[in-house]
Amino acid sequence: MDVVSQLQKQFIDFSSSLYREGYVDDQFSQLHKLQDESSPDFVVEVASLFFDDAEKLINSMARALEQPCVDFKQVDSHVHQLKGSSSSIGALRVKNVCIAFRSFCDAQNREGCMRCLQQVSHEYTMLKSKLQTLFRMEQQILAAGGSVPLE
Amino acid sequence: MVCNMETDLIEDMDIEGLPSMWPEDIGSDKQFNVERPGGGQDMLEEVTIPEDQTIVDFKRLLELTNYTDKGSSQMAYLVKHWEYRQSNAVRLLREELDNLSRQRQESELKKLEILEEHRFEEEGYGGDKRPISIMDELSDMWKDVCPRKNDVVFQSKRVEVDAEYDTVEYWKQRALDLEKMLEASGQREQALMEKLNESVTNLEKQSSPVEELSQILKRADNFLHFVLQNAPVVMGHQDKELRYRFIYNHFPSLHEEDILGKTDVEIFSGAGVKESQDFKREVLEKGLPAKREITFETELFGSKTFLIYVEPVFSKSGETIGVNYMGMDVTDQVRKREKMAKLREEIAVQKAKETELNKTIHITEETMRAKQMLATMSHEIRSPLTGVVSMAEILSNTKLDREQRQLLGVMISSGDLVLQLINDILDLSKVESGVMKLEAAKFRPREVVKHVLQTAAASLQKILMLEGDIADDVPIEVIGDVLRIRQILTNLISNAIKFTPEGKVGIKLYVVPEPPFAKEGLKQKSKAYQSATDAVKEEKHQPKSQTASDQNGFHDKKHGEGYQDHKHDDDPGTPVSHGNSMDEDLEATVWIRCDVYDTGIGIPENALPTLFRKYMQVSADHARKYGGTGLGLAICKQLVELMGGRLTVTSKVHCGSTFTFILPYQVSPIEENSDDPDDLSDMADQDSVTDDVTAGFFQFQPRTLGSLFSSNGTSRSKKLLPNSIGFASAHKVNGFSETSYSFPSNNRQKETAPLEDACSVAEVAETLSEPESSFSHSPEPENETEVSRGKQCHVETTSWFQNPATESTSHSEANREMIQTSKTNEPQKICEMQEKPDRISQSPSSSSAEVPETKPKPKPKILLVEDNKINVMVAKSMMKQLGHSIDVVNNGVEAVHAVQCQNYDLILMDVCMPVMDGLKATRLIRSFEDTGNWDAAAEAGIEQAMPSSGSSNHFKRIPIIAMTANALSESAEECFANGMDSFVSKPVTFQKLKECLEQYFP
Repeated sequence: MDVVSQLQKQFIDFSSSLYREGYVDDQFSQLHKLQDESSPDFVVEVASLFFDDAEKLINSMARALEQPCVDFKQVDSHVHQLKGSSSSIGALRVKNVCIAFRSFCDAQNREGCMRCLQQVSHEYTMLKSKLQTLFRMEQQILAAGGSVPLE
Repeated sequence: MVCNMETDLIEDMDIEGLPSMWPEDIGSDKQFNVERPGGGQDMLEEVTIPEDQTIVDFKRLLELTNYTDKGSSQMAYLVKHWEYRQSNAVRLLREELDNLSRQRQESELKKLEILEEHRFEEEGYGGDKRPISIMDELSDMWKDVCPRKNDVVFQSKRVEVDAEYDTVEYWKQRALDLEKMLEASGQREQALMEKLNESVTNLEKQSSPVEELSQILKRADNFLHFVLQNAPVVMGHQDKELRYRFIYNHFPSLHEEDILGKTDVEIFSGAGVKESQDFKREVLEKGLPAKREITFETELFGSKTFLIYVEPVFSKSGETIGVNYMGMDVTDQVRKREKMAKLREEIAVQKAKETELNKTIHITEETMRAKQMLATMSHEIRSPLTGVVSMAEILSNTKLDREQRQLLGVMISSGDLVLQLINDILDLSKVESGVMKLEAAKFRPREVVKHVLQTAAASLQKILMLEGDIADDVPIEVIGDVLRIRQILTNLISNAIKFTPEGKVGIKLYVVPEPPFAKEGLKQKSKAYQSATDAVKEEKHQPKSQTASDQNGFHDKKHGEGYQDHKHDDDPGTPVSHGNSMDEDLEATVWIRCDVYDTGIGIPENALPTLFRKYMQVSADHARKYGGTGLGLAICKQLVELMGGRLTVTSKVHCGSTFTFILPYQVSPIEENSDDPDDLSDMADQDSVTDDVTAGFFQFQPRTLGSLFSSNGTSRSKKLLPNSIGFASAHKVNGFSETSYSFPSNNRQKETAPLEDACSVAEVAETLSEPESSFSHSPEPENETEVSRGKQCHVETTSWFQNPATESTSHSEANREMIQTSKTNEPQKICEMQEKPDRISQSPSSSSAEVPETKPKPKPKILLVEDNKINVMVAKSMMKQLGHSIDVVNNGVEAVHAVQCQNYDLILMDVCMPVMDGLKATRLIRSFEDTGNWDAAAEAGIEQAMPSSGSSNHFKRIPIIAMTANALSESAEECFANGMDSFVSKPVTFQKLKECLEQYFP
């Protein structure tokens, strides 16, 4: 059981670091509360859905911004989508970038948009790797016969 | 004197063999090395070693040995030694004599015996004698003197007579035999006598003590020479006057006569000689032996270091009569030692350097880290701030009343300033490293001043009068780095306010002639400005500026005094026009002086010099009381100097301070109002732009604290929209509208626009952002079958979301397709798209869709209208936990269809959606509830799904809850205006959802 408690401690440390560093916010813990016996992998499912979705959206934004004549409204709608999703799963940093992104879209500021696009894809990648780590830790705990601690 | 002692001593002496090996003697007895002149000059001639090495004053030496302690003890020892040996010899001889006399007695006795034998006819003769060995262990020295006597053996023989006893024959024979024996005995006696005589003569021949001693001495001398042959040693003896009496030197460079009888000083010359002489004298006086190392630098043997041992020599009466002196050449050792010391010293220095270097490296690393941290921190602060500012900017584009707009203006400009400040912290390091670039842009100084004061007034916490006074001759527009200038002004003003408890704070601007430092400053400025200033042009008048002579004088005074002195005694011929003459073509330089004055606590004289240093404050007390980083003035000064100006201060404690900076600006010749106001990025506030641009005086009175928190928000908006609460309760700057100039009452109609206006704005926005407009173009109603399928759409999406991972992709693609098709004006295709899944999935909820709505339901029916799959997933999951199952549709059109098909008890409506947004869908639903028909929907291009089922019912108002992302386009007002009942802000949390549902399903 020592291994389990160690893993649990690691898990708690890591996940609290995610909160502390603003990768995720309270909404993410909300998701955890929604996870029960009937949907044991809810968080992972939502997250993977989010990642798929976000990746597509980011690609779409990039494509839209590459156009000689940028359709800012289209970009904006993508950003809006991403913002909604990230807000729902509590991806705080992604969401924040989206907020700034939208303001640049409104201002039709291509430079700003490009910058935000970079930021958003960076944040997305970061978040993805962080959450993957988190999920892997969860799996390890479960594999070791423990239960994932709730904070 | 020696010999007559022998008889006395002989009894006392131990009889023992004398040690014969020299080295033992020498090792145990060091006294012997004082030479004794013994045989005089002759003895020394016998010495095999070249004589000139030792130079001896023999007469003196003799005296020495006679008179000094050492000499006499030496002598006594030698005498004793000699006596001992002599007595030994005597003893041996005596023994021999005894022996001989005993033998004689014996032989006489034998003679008698023989006679008696004759008489008594005795047999046998007992005179058996043992050999006596004498001086078994004689030293080789004595061998020839006392030869062993073991060859002398007396053997008694029994006389055998063959003849018959007592016959004549017998007696005759016997007499003959005895006769022979007697004869032999007589011969022996004689031989012994001879030997004795010989021995005696031998002894006589041998017994000269001088000879023996000289031999001893010779050996000693030999040994000494043997040992000292190659030693770098000088030995000598000097008398009371330190004249040499004896010297031994293996490598002599001087002759006997050159040394003996002379002192060191007389012999040598050069460094060290005097010292050694003094040292010897010291020893002489103290009477204690001592050692010292002395370095000589003489002509005779060059530079050499000697370790000198000097020992006083005492007479028998205890007086010092001279010194023995011994010197050893240790030059090499000293050299090595010095080299070592030097090396050690170098090593120490090296080490010290190393630690110093390490320290420096450490400090550098620390600094780097600190700088990096500063950069990181600034960045971290900047990012969220960008969010705040850009949001505020967007907010400023929405419908706001006048007061809100004012507040927002202040908010934005403050936010900008914070951003700028953060940038400038970063820039500070750039300034220091010289890579700072200035921007050149047109700006209006009056407005900058006004803005700065306005911003300051907005956050003013005390009763202070803020004034701005700009002289008429200040151009309306100048070219410079407005952000930096504003930063300087803001810094100075906030400083002034901070240190001014009451009274006033103000900015004064006026044109001054070119200050003396300008000539030097121009050069820097031309470098710093990257654009707008023509570099070639600047170069042209640079040579002229090299002649500036009084710039140093300026430096000296600048801290203590203001500019005034210089300004007045400056040559009056170089005012603004001077600049004009230089730049004939487009731009002229104008020097504007800016005074930031206050009636504050002032700065003590002693604090002035350090005032502009980084992180320096007037005192620790001030730092505690007023806070701040102490960075502000340093930045200001650096910025001002970078722009080619000077920042100075005059102050009087308790009366106030005046910070003055003089800066050069370019003035464009077309400086009238024809300029595009958009250029003035800083002057975003349109109110002030339209204000008269030449106003030269502003005053900001302290706002009344009472009006601070009066809220003008409606209770509803307060409750529902956090954003609006924030604005409503923000500081009201009532003071502004009352003052003479600012925020004049030229209200724009937009600010006072009624609510409907907002709706129309919102509508415009929505028509812009949604492709939904295509529907209005094709309001063709569809046939029944198509419509009936429309009701299924929510079912279909619901089923999809039960296994989201696998099907979400296809779903979103389908969705996208739907959007695209809708764009191409073919709404019926949507239905076709929806048809397919319908056929595939025998949806279980299709039956529930037919359940009549009139029944009292055990479970409320809830519809979620949301396009974002993730949001749907989350919301669904939450609802499940709350015990509700929900239907989900993806846009407004689908929502209308769903409502047409079924009765819902609650609709959760996303606001921002593709195809049709939540607001419009809500309006359509409300319109149906009001009118009982779906005409509005039909107008919007939505065909009716179920004509009769909905219309026959009473039109209950379905609660519609908006789900907003708090974006500006989704404001609460708009939601309510479009007929929504309440709203949940996104992200939806479990708690929010629960509360919301409890409101409607108690």
